[in-house]
Amino acid sequence: MSLPAIAITKLVKRFGDSTVLQDIDLEIPEGKVSCLIGPSGSGKSTLLRCLAFLEEPTSGMITINGEALGFFEAPNGKRERLPPAQIRAVRAKTGMVFQQFNLWPHMTALGNVSEALKTVHKLPKGEAEARALAQLRKVGLENRANHYPSQLSGGQQQRVAIARALALEPKIMLFDEPTSALDPELTGEVLNVMRDLAAEGMTMVVVTHEIGFAATVAHQISFLDHGRLLFSGPPSEIFAKPRHPRLDQFLDTYLDRGASMLA
Amino acid sequence: MTIKLFTLLLQAAISTLGISLISIAIGFVIAIILSAATLSHKSIYVVPARLFISFFRGVPLLVQLLLIYTLLPVIGINVPSIVAAIVGMSLCTAAYQAENLRGGFESVPRGLIEAAEVTGLSPRQTFFRIRVPIALRLTFPALINEAIMILKSSSLVSVVGIIEITKMAQDLASSTYLPIPIFASAALIYLVINSIVALIGRFAERSLGGAST
Ligand SMILES: Nc1ncnc2c1ncn2[C@@H]1O[C@H](COP(=O)(O)OP(=O)(O)OP(=O)(O)O)[C@@H](O)[C@H]1O
Ligand SMILES: [Mg+2]
Repeated sequence: MSLPAIAITKLVKRFGDSTVLQDIDLEIPEGKVSCLIGPSGSGKSTLLRCLAFLEEPTSGMITINGEALGFFEAPNGKRERLPPAQIRAVRAKTGMVFQQFNLWPHMTALGNVSEALKTVHKLPKGEAEARALAQLRKVGLENRANHYPSQLSGGQQQRVAIARALALEPKIMLFDEPTSALDPELTGEVLNVMRDLAAEGMTMVVVTHEIGFAATVAHQISFLDHGRLLFSGPPSEIFAKPRHPRLDQFLDTYLDRGASMLA
Repeated sequence: MTIKLFTLLLQAAISTLGISLISIAIGFVIAIILSAATLSHKSIYVVPARLFISFFRGVPLLVQLLLIYTLLPVIGINVPSIVAAIVGMSLCTAAYQAENLRGGFESVPRGLIEAAEVTGLSPRQTFFRIRVPIALRLTFPALINEAIMILKSSSLVSVVGIIEITKMAQDLASSTYLPIPIFASAALIYLVINSIVALIGRFAERSLGGAST
């Protein structure tokens, strides 16, 4: 059994007095697609943000390919922060795609995708841009390279954002509701790019309300409710009846095009 | 109203333009420092910066200029009036520009900074490559407004003995008894200068591209 791409153990996240994630234990196998579903406010984004180290866990451990993210347990049982260089190295294994795309408005598509190659990886401009262009080609946007984000549709912006993350050659891609900010007719082009990525064997963690996508692409689906992981398993198991009442209730509320086929 | 009189007004316009532009530039540099201080969340930086900003925004520029002009010699610094004028105007515009910049920095969406963080940019790279350019685009229209305000307020530096457009116009009006054409010409010169500044602003804004997200 190979090392899981991500291992989460006893993860707790509090904001002040409110506990947003409670004792999360989850393993995400390498090369698989793992979807996080759950009602609004259940802690999905927070969990994903912990994986990207945009939030620091209050306690518990996250390892990426077996390497501790952010903190490690010292022999005396105390949790200690890793040195910044090491945190950066582990974070570089993941790429993140946001609900709101978060493209930098003052840079073209090409600029967005090549920025970190130039400033972080110190590639010469020409090489960085060649690699960026190759990524844009992959998401079908080679001919939009010189467009600014404001000149692109939402679906195109999100594909640029995916290219930006892929350009850094991450081992794992994290997606936080990548299609929620899109008009329904634009979700398809983004989901297709994600399907291709999954078919290539990219490890993916996807927070989504697209139950149809989850049911057809995911190898593992995890259901979060009030900060707890109620259960996790392959789609066939998750959606099999009888279902957990909370999940049934959730599916009723979020019933979309795809979920209807599970009804 | 002769060509000669109009030429004198134009010469005075050079003082107006020179003092204003130099003050805006110096003020901009001070404003970056002030806004960084107010955003630092460290009270040893925040408090002095806030006091500075409150003072220079709360006291009329005329009073500031008179204070600087009369105070400096008392504490043993003898400066030419042009320096007093530039110091006064720079400090005043710095306070306003600092507030603009702070607003700009605060309105850079958090997600854009997080995107920089997850792509591995250091805080320093994030500041210079992402925050500054976006904040400047967001504050650019306010900066142009401030430049126009300063150009108009520069008429006040006559109190420290600088001959700029307004003062020259007053002098010429009283010596020639032609107040209406002279003041109308002065108004026209201000209008032309400020229209050019506004046009440059509009043009620059367009070539910077939209800052909308
Ligand atoms: N920075 C924060 N400070 C305080 N509370 C927060 C913070 N971020 C999230 N929360 C709270 O944590 C809870 C979980 O939020 P989270 O965004 O993870 O939910 P979610 O499952 O992603 O919801 P949605 O489906 O609406 O995106 C919410 O109650 C939210 O208010
Ligand atoms: Mg969320």
